[in-house]
Amino acid sequence: MSTLQTPTPAIGTTVPPRPPARRRRRPGRAPRALTVAATASGLFAVAPLVYLAVRALGGGLATFLSVLTGPRTAELAARSIGLTAAVTAACLVLGTVGAWLVTTTDLPGRRVWGVLLVLPLALPSYVAGFIWIAQWPELTGFAGAFGVLTAVSFPYVFLPVAAALRAGDGGLEEMARSLGHGPARVLFGVTLRRVWPAASAGGLLVALYVLSDFGAVSLMRYDAFTLGIYTSYRATFDRTPAAVLGCVLVVLAAVITWAESRARGRAVVRVGRGAARVGVPVHLHRARLPALAFVGVTVAVSLGVPAYGLVRWTLAGSSAGIDWPELGAATAATLQAALLGALLTIVVALPVGMLAARYGGRWTGAIETAAYAGHALPGVTIGLALVFVGIRVMPAIYQEIPLLVIGYAVAFLPLAIGAVRTAVAAAPPRVEEVARSLGHGPVATFARVTLPLAAPGVAAGAALVFLTCAKELPITLMLHPTGTNTLAVQMWSHTGAGAFAAAAPYAVALVLLAAVPTLWLDRVLRR
Amino acid sequence: MTPALVVHRVRAGYPGAAVLHDVDLVVPTGVLVAVLGSSGCGKTTLLRAIAGFHPLDAGSISVNGVPVAGDAVDVPPEHRRVGLVPQEGALFGHLDVAANVGFGLRRGERRGPRVAEMLDLVGLAGYGRRMPAELSGGQQQRVALARALAPAPALVLLDEPFTALDTGLRAEVREQVLTALRTAGATAVLVTHDQQEALGAADLVAVLRHGRMVQVGAPREIYREPADLGIGTFVGDAVVLPATARDGWAETALGPIAVDGPEGYGLILLRPEQLRLGADGFVGATVLESVFHGHDATVFLRLDDAARKAAGDVVRCRTTEPGSPAAGERVRVAVEGRGRMYAGDPAVVPTALSPTAQPRTDRHGVDE
Repeated sequence: MSTLQTPTPAIGTTVPPRPPARRRRRPGRAPRALTVAATASGLFAVAPLVYLAVRALGGGLATFLSVLTGPRTAELAARSIGLTAAVTAACLVLGTVGAWLVTTTDLPGRRVWGVLLVLPLALPSYVAGFIWIAQWPELTGFAGAFGVLTAVSFPYVFLPVAAALRAGDGGLEEMARSLGHGPARVLFGVTLRRVWPAASAGGLLVALYVLSDFGAVSLMRYDAFTLGIYTSYRATFDRTPAAVLGCVLVVLAAVITWAESRARGRAVVRVGRGAARVGVPVHLHRARLPALAFVGVTVAVSLGVPAYGLVRWTLAGSSAGIDWPELGAATAATLQAALLGALLTIVVALPVGMLAARYGGRWTGAIETAAYAGHALPGVTIGLALVFVGIRVMPAIYQEIPLLVIGYAVAFLPLAIGAVRTAVAAAPPRVEEVARSLGHGPVATFARVTLPLAAPGVAAGAALVFLTCAKELPITLMLHPTGTNTLAVQMWSHTGAGAFAAAAPYAVALVLLAAVPTLWLDRVLRR
Repeated sequence: MTPALVVHRVRAGYPGAAVLHDVDLVVPTGVLVAVLGSSGCGKTTLLRAIAGFHPLDAGSISVNGVPVAGDAVDVPPEHRRVGLVPQEGALFGHLDVAANVGFGLRRGERRGPRVAEMLDLVGLAGYGRRMPAELSGGQQQRVALARALAPAPALVLLDEPFTALDTGLRAEVREQVLTALRTAGATAVLVTHDQQEALGAADLVAVLRHGRMVQVGAPREIYREPADLGIGTFVGDAVVLPATARDGWAETALGPIAVDGPEGYGLILLRPEQLRLGADGFVGATVLESVFHGHDATVFLRLDDAARKAAGDVVRCRTTEPGSPAAGERVRVAVEGRGRMYAGDPAVVPTALSPTAQPRTDRHGVDE
């Protein structure tokens, strides 16, 4: 070694006391407090499900098997599966064709159509169902349920397929053309194959939505699984059959969820690097009019009918006189329940989301899977499970706000975990390391760095949960405190009595209430 | 005086893949050490181990004489007094510049004169109220340095702090950062894969190769007397020729050259700037290509037949002469200064080290 610079003391005159030599766990392992909290969240999410299973077997194995193999179960399953298959198929066609027309062709006004084709997603199935049945009372049974559910859930296919087509490389189509393939061969051989993963993932979301749907099938009096469970729960004192049916529905939903997660994993939109090219739009030529008619009818049925119906019945209702105090009380009750629901859901989701974002591993995976149980649990079964828990374990809060809020948290935990996880993952771990090297412990680092950085994303997650809680029907119906009626409950009871004009103001209030966080979310997500 | 940092026989890595093998490093107080290595050589792991983010499998680390890692000791990062300047600054995006700089200070000092002093040090006085997103990449990097220096750490670690910057900006920011470090009298470890950066900026250069510390020395020493040929070709452009050394002189295709190192058969390492083109050289050569760099030029030569047999095809040299020769021109080559001998069989010169290296436009092509 050669000459060195003259040593000079480090800047600053005060020298902090020497650190105590402490033993510490290896870095890369999660802090114990976080793991414990996340495990508690996971248990929170699966507890109702476990209790439901226990309750189903409570009447003995013989009873369980007799309900399971009974003709009623088979009948319900056949109806549910039939409806699910039909709606999913219809949504695949509507969503894919719509997305293709809007993204890759020279369809006039395709930007506007693109927005209009997403909007039905904001409409709860029971609001759409209420309007359809009010307009066309004869439209009950399979046809009605099929129509309503297709109209509200096809955006689940439209959105991912449109995104795949936009993000995908238009250059691929040009390449295929240059290799001598005609337009039709390109469409079927390249384009459709390219979007298939996205479409199938969307289709499975539709299937899950239809299988779990309670509002539309009840209004259309189509005796599907969810309605069967609810009827059985309301009709008899022996709730074992309801519990058994609930378990079967959970298994069906779990199968679809599993398939969906597999499909999502495969949904690779683009391979290779380099800039994605936007291809030249496909000229529709003489197909332009039929194409316009196609998107026009889709938008008219899915958006125009509900809008027209809401206006018509609200006008009818206001001429009959709106019960303003009642409407105000229902709005307040909805706000209270949804806000508390969003709060609890986020609190329960935080440890799981953080663990998942920062510390992978087998245990984290297990906790995450458990916490995602709500994703596969139809609202009816969550409501049913919590009714059992409430009656047996926590009678003090049965039919009180806390139990309803717990129900929301179990159901919508996956939404919140997704948001927290993304938000925390977006805060670079490097930044946390810098905070540590500047003398902050793990807890101080979390409070001063990670949380503030993740706050906008977490807030967006909370808004999403709020929105979903406000719209939720079956859980609210089964768990809401007697006398405290939310907008959804009020709307439901009026519709049930055939008082469509009286129900309409509640539906409008609900749509408006849901619109506020939606608009805010849209702004946050676009930033 | 106790060194600011002592890394002693440190072994670290991942299950099934050791990254650092018995690494030693001593950094005296007030010294700037550059850890130079190609990507994947373990330099970032070393830095993370010093900062307390990567566990040791063996060995020990002490900062200012205090053991912080190894032998049943593992001081958490927040108690090590080791500042960190990561690659892209990693400023806290939700805090303004002043709050970023004051982050590591005690509560009472966060809005005190120390913050202004640090901002002044890095040439950003008056920027306290800006948000990180409003700063250029170079300014962000300087704020990151001010933030790391503010709590008066025993040691500052800089992890490739200039790599993410544009080439034009890089030299300027590097100069500002180095000035600030020297003004503060800070002890610093700079990790880099850039030879020029290491040689030009540091008091000491530590060359890390495949997780082993292969040479530590002053920049000149590393460049002129590399411990082996690999280091020699890594830290700068090289001309490597077969040679036979005896009594301080080596016989080569370019004539007799004064050398240091072992006697006998081996390879001699010369730097391209030692080759002189003129009328009175020892061997004749034809210019194949001349790459103009502005301040100088790299000239690729094909030696005449007799020499070619021994030396291989192409020899490169760097010339500062105003009129560098054009392709096709005939020149004669002479060697200035001393060469460095390395023992070994001249017949097995690895191609990467051979003097036939093709024209490279990217100086750092070796390490990427």
